[in-house]
Amino acid sequence: MASRPESIAPPEIFYDDVEARKYTSSSRIVQIQAELSERALELLALPEDGVPKLLLDIGCGSGLSGETLSEDGHHWIGLDISPSMLNIAVEREVEGDLLLADMGQGLGIRPGVIDGAISISAVQWLCNADKSSHNPRLRLKAFFTSLYKCLSNGARAVFQVYPENIDQRELILNAAMRAGFAGGIVVDFPHSSKKRKEFLVLTCGQRSMNASVPNGKDEDGESCSDDDMEEDENQTVCISDRHRPRKRPKTNKSGKGREWIMRKKDQMKRRGNVVPPNTKYTGRKRKDRF
Amino acid sequence: MRLLTHNMLSSNIKGVTNGFPLRIEAVKVEEKTVEMNTDFLKNMFVKIDWKVLVEASRTLGYAELPEEGDSSFLESDEFLSRFHHALLELHLEEGALICPETGRRFPVTKGIPNMLLHEDEV
Repeated sequence: MASRPESIAPPEIFYDDVEARKYTSSSRIVQIQAELSERALELLALPEDGVPKLLLDIGCGSGLSGETLSEDGHHWIGLDISPSMLNIAVEREVEGDLLLADMGQGLGIRPGVIDGAISISAVQWLCNADKSSHNPRLRLKAFFTSLYKCLSNGARAVFQVYPENIDQRELILNAAMRAGFAGGIVVDFPHSSKKRKEFLVLTCGQRSMNASVPNGKDEDGESCSDDDMEEDENQTVCISDRHRPRKRPKTNKSGKGREWIMRKKDQMKRRGNVVPPNTKYTGRKRKDRF
Repeated sequence: MRLLTHNMLSSNIKGVTNGFPLRIEAVKVEEKTVEMNTDFLKNMFVKIDWKVLVEASRTLGYAELPEEGDSSFLESDEFLSRFHHALLELHLEEGALICPETGRRFPVTKGIPNMLLHEDEV
């Protein structure tokens, strides 16, 4: 990504009226957002009993991701820090409830009531300190601990994130683990730089003990597990390696020769070492019978 | 904002131990009809704080809910439709939510409560 909105301005300023409208009127963004939220909903793995759930959409923006939730019949509460984005959401008459809130301040929601949470391209904003009072570590902690509290037992939270680098990914993941979540990162299309999408899949409560992270998608639409491949590479030696002949140091039968010895002796002399004088025996080959 | 959300929200100010329920100051209330889903209502009933819902719906001018909520009521269609109306169809459009402990006002405009905290409240 050439320019990251996170490095331009804080979210409530970057997504002003103009930018919010641009964001929502771009059919490309709308489509990407819909795809991402569909995938997030899939990863959320809600029980398929046909009963609508109460979900949380963190960083809901203009409600693009919420629409996917509504289409599936779920009720949702969306929160965002940008009033302009929320205004657009109101104009678009989204079905969920909207809150103007900062996720870095913690979520003011009663414990154990939410059945699942999704967040599309939002959590990486927490890694920025936009005000002098902001501390990314503390804000991430406040966010994840309050989220852990409000989720019901066994509920999942899926965040699609664009971490800027490995450190940022670690920072987010560590904060989540400290809050008590289990889970990990699912990477879709790991080999494509453009289509590559990362999802943080977190589970809370008892079920999280044996929660396994689902596999990411690959080009063919088949799931592929990136972790396994990495492990294989690290732990087992490839067969081709085993059969490659071992490199032997070259041995020259004739030895180093008189010239070489003379050169070395000169070198040592120049360095001021005590060197035996050159005679007719210097560098001469011994007789065979020796 | 629906009362469903109100029933989930609590004040998040630093030092507040019990920020629930937020008191409602209603200026403008709207009603929007939504399709009823009994399964959802039955699931939500367990999670809802009934007293708070009754209180809140009265503030918004709807007094049809019984004082005490009991899961046996869930069999009655009439109860369900009232519950549904209070929970999902009443919208607080303009007004404020007030923290029960500190009295801090969270203004509600266009149906969106402003829950942003000042720096000294985090």
